[in-house]
Amino acid sequence: MNHSLAVVLIASGITYGTPLLYAALGELLAERSGVLNLGVEGMMLIGAVMGFWTVQRLHADTGLALAAAVGVAALAGAVVASIHAFLVITLRASQIVSGLAVTIFAGAAGLSSYLGNDFNLGENPARHTFHAVFPASFQRWPIVGPIVFDHNVLVYVSWALVVAVWLYLTRTRPGLNLRAVGDAPGAADAMGIDVIAYRYAHVLAGGAFAGVAGATITLGINTQWVDGITNGAGWIAIALVIFAFWRPELCLVGAYFFGALQDLQPELQARGIHLGPTALWTNALPYVMTIVVLVLVSASSTRRWLGAPAALGTPYVREER
Amino acid sequence: MRLFNIGGEGQLYIGAITGAAAGLYFGGNGGPSAFAIAAMVIAGCAGGAAWALIPGILRAFFRTNEIITSLMLNYVAGYLLTFLIFNSQSYWRQTSGFNASVFPTSKDLPNSALWPAATVHVHGGVALPLGAGIALLVAAVLWVLYSRTRFGFEATVLGDSPRAARYAGMRTRRKIIAVMAISGAIAGLGGASQDGDFRHTLDADPNGMQRQFYGYSGIVVAALARYNPLAVLLVAFLIGGLQNAGNSLQGADFPSGLVGVIQGIILFSALGGELLVRYRIRVSRRRRPAPEPAPEAT
Repeated sequence: MNHSLAVVLIASGITYGTPLLYAALGELLAERSGVLNLGVEGMMLIGAVMGFWTVQRLHADTGLALAAAVGVAALAGAVVASIHAFLVITLRASQIVSGLAVTIFAGAAGLSSYLGNDFNLGENPARHTFHAVFPASFQRWPIVGPIVFDHNVLVYVSWALVVAVWLYLTRTRPGLNLRAVGDAPGAADAMGIDVIAYRYAHVLAGGAFAGVAGATITLGINTQWVDGITNGAGWIAIALVIFAFWRPELCLVGAYFFGALQDLQPELQARGIHLGPTALWTNALPYVMTIVVLVLVSASSTRRWLGAPAALGTPYVREER
Repeated sequence: MRLFNIGGEGQLYIGAITGAAAGLYFGGNGGPSAFAIAAMVIAGCAGGAAWALIPGILRAFFRTNEIITSLMLNYVAGYLLTFLIFNSQSYWRQTSGFNASVFPTSKDLPNSALWPAATVHVHGGVALPLGAGIALLVAAVLWVLYSRTRFGFEATVLGDSPRAARYAGMRTRRKIIAVMAISGAIAGLGGASQDGDFRHTLDADPNGMQRQFYGYSGIVVAALARYNPLAVLLVAFLIGGLQNAGNSLQGADFPSGLVGVIQGIILFSALGGELLVRYRIRVSRRRRPAPEPAPEAT
């Protein structure tokens, strides 16, 4: 099958962007409650390693093993997030330092690497992996085939999740409460909303999403375990939330854009295209583009953090209201 | 000054690259060793500072979040380092000899570009590399800068209350850029010290310098030292020892990841402990709702 570069890039943008999307949606929920979590990279790695471990060790048929793996990954991400939640919500520590601590604790030189080592996960490829849902005949359709039908179930779930998060934030009572907690915790508290509980719940949910994002990489894209396999995806996800103006539908667009950038190198290589030091600039491109887009967003809008939760980054202390 | 430079890792790589360039260039000409070393120190600082200027300028002029930009540049610097040795015929790469034709390697630094070490004769000799001496000096200078000069005072005020600083007529942008540049220069110096003190080449091996995460550990050190340059010396010694112990203990019983785990736990504990610094905990029994009147037993 020979598709044009554009179609291939869009299709692979969706594939490679899915972990970014999960992680960004999770971070969005946490930030909407007013808690910045810079530990996404660490939580993703823990999710990645635990999901992979489940698949290698659980003796069950493929569907069950994969479902369990995603569950374990989500749980593991939430457990790591709970450390951050306790430190910044209950103990009122600096959200920036605590988030960095989470990434150092769980990250490429931390717990995820330890677990991967301890379980000997680096030796074998995954026993069960996610495959495209639709039959191959669908995928042969021009353009729509590779873009819409050539994906695993996690991709379609993530689409549903974007809609769900959007509905949650704009159409449901708890979602509106959440926005109140993120924008004006004092007023929310006066309204009788439990600010602390909301923040805990959404930081944990964010961790679970990040865990799933990690499992998406080890079970759907790379299907193996390598230390630091996320390669900065967690940080790109944090940046994504900023330039999606804290809106789930824009997270989707941004995630696929960055997903496509990640696939640029192999695609260009496969087509024998060389533009200057290709190995350098194609690898560095996603990171450079993150900076560029971030600059555009922060420079262009007069209201710098359009849509940013007003109380982002500040602990809520009822006594100081 | 509430400016988070998470890009120490990348600035260290760039400092190692520029430092190695200076070492190869000036060390190879047969000039005095001190001159080559001084050139490496300056080049390392300049490289790190230049790399840190990118997030600094973006922050100062576009108010772009410096945490994310500096962090992204870590990956870019890492790819640049790998590229220079593995994917190009750069100045740093060894291009002649048998080994170089089998596996890409970097040029060894000439002898006059190697940094001397002072050996202290306790417990069979402890080598104090030149980089450690420079670090002492840097810490002292930073301490003076932040506690005794106008620059340091203004930077502190800017961190505590940007508004007050602006009303007082302090130059916010200039200070942000200067602080980032200084921060990057020190990280770059660390990279040059890696070249001269320890690795004696530009180390691009994926299991070499890039696996040590010095830049990230540096953040742990700074946070644990509560941003006091003199305390940094002590904490750096502790964390460095921990990391090195991790490296030499590595094996079946001590997998590599434990270093990060321990650092993380220390950080968590220190962060949690901050609560006790800022608040006084008073244990008071929560008053129960008024007890129901006990039935009189008369």
